[in-house]
Amino acid sequence: MGNAIEAIQLTKNYGAKTAVSGLNLSVGEGELFALLGVNGAGKTTTIKMLAGLTLPTAGDAMLLGDSIRKDPQHAKAHNGISPQETAVARNLNVGENLALMARIYGAGAAQAREKAVEIMERLGLAEVAKARAKTLSGGMQRRLSIGMALISEPKILFLDEPTLGLDVIARRELWAVLRKLKGRVTIILTTHYLEEVEALSDRVGVMAKGKLVAIGTVQELIAQTGAKSFEDAFIALATETETEAIA
Amino acid sequence: MNARNAFCIRNTKEMLRDPLNIAFGLGFPVVLLLLLTAIQRNIPVNLFELDRLTPGIAVFGLSFISLFSATLISKDRTTSFLMRLFASPMRAADYILGYTLPLLPMALLQTALCYATAALLGLKLTPNVLLAIVVALPAALLFIGIGLLCGSVFNDKQVGGICGALLTNLSAWLSGTWFDLNLVGGAFKSISYALPFARAVEAGRAAMAGDYGAILPHLWWVIAYALAVLVLAVFAFQKKMHRDNV
Repeated sequence: MGNAIEAIQLTKNYGAKTAVSGLNLSVGEGELFALLGVNGAGKTTTIKMLAGLTLPTAGDAMLLGDSIRKDPQHAKAHNGISPQETAVARNLNVGENLALMARIYGAGAAQAREKAVEIMERLGLAEVAKARAKTLSGGMQRRLSIGMALISEPKILFLDEPTLGLDVIARRELWAVLRKLKGRVTIILTTHYLEEVEALSDRVGVMAKGKLVAIGTVQELIAQTGAKSFEDAFIALATETETEAIA
Repeated sequence: MNARNAFCIRNTKEMLRDPLNIAFGLGFPVVLLLLLTAIQRNIPVNLFELDRLTPGIAVFGLSFISLFSATLISKDRTTSFLMRLFASPMRAADYILGYTLPLLPMALLQTALCYATAALLGLKLTPNVLLAIVVALPAALLFIGIGLLCGSVFNDKQVGGICGALLTNLSAWLSGTWFDLNLVGGAFKSISYALPFARAVEAGRAAMAGDYGAILPHLWWVIAYALAVLVLAVFAFQKKMHRDNV
């Protein structure tokens, strides 16, 4: 399989501050790639650029061959995003939220309803189909948020801290959902939970001060740093301030 | 078009399913009309006659439309719902029309309900009532534009203060609904007639009185303000859409 994402010297400046600097990254189709870093490392900005939410200051990225700079509409059509906040329509019920997103991505009304039913069954949302989004628990809202990102059948899915604030059970349930997607959908995941990364990711990229300072599997990063655990490896990499960005 | 329609329907449902919107948007102007008519019946001077009061209450009621739309847009921003949509292939026009179009029938319904209540209280139903409802449409567009502008610029808490308190008070006091602006005169009157609220009320009153020649001079002010605010709102929304942080 080829690459779903190819970022070339992707850079974002906010005034004098550089949020992301010269990011080069390739993510294969069907891969679950975890993007790690401390707060302010540039993870969310990277996701926003790749998802077409903010224009890069320099560089480019190809999403399944479509440039986010030159052809953002086509590049966006490949994507689904589940932002940090749950980002649901609060007064719509679960089925309506899902059908809305299907229609926004081009499905007709009947097709959108069918797709909504299918996603609700896949994600265990069928029992709350008629419940308004604002009445759902945090875990169910997260599940709905991911369902809304999946309903357009994206080839690339951006999940920005999808399990933030969830209890252990809800988190494990979401992991099961993500495992089912592995191999079929390219997933870019940001998270602060390292056990999540160990459990789910194929490869990991560590960002620090806007630069990608390490990339590899969990085992490769542990070996690279000589650490005893992935947590120690992450701390070593994320706090390595003078590390050069990898080419 | 599919996306825009779906977004319009979503926005309509979001607004209609909020009980506060119904209470303030539809209920409050009706309650005011009932209350002021009751006061009129118990005082010896003609202060709140229905044919002059109703166009004023109709314009005042429309100010709540700004609150609805601004609250919806700002909440969509703060909950990242808009961020999700901005990542979709929807275009700028889909958002702007999607937020604007559902409010027009709501504004029309609100104005019609206001006149229907007045009719129950004794307002004579003539073709001029229909004209007065049509004449209120530019004011509806103006308030929708203010809502789009405020929702694009402010967060949901700020919107509550600006659209919920400031705008409703401004449109009430400077509209000449509660008292004759000639009684105050001076700078207050000049400011009131430089702004669109009193003009919208005067256009409605002229329509009710069958003084057709007096409608347009007032209505042009409202139309000009509505167009200016809508252009500003579209500019602000598009700027927000392309800004770095949604």
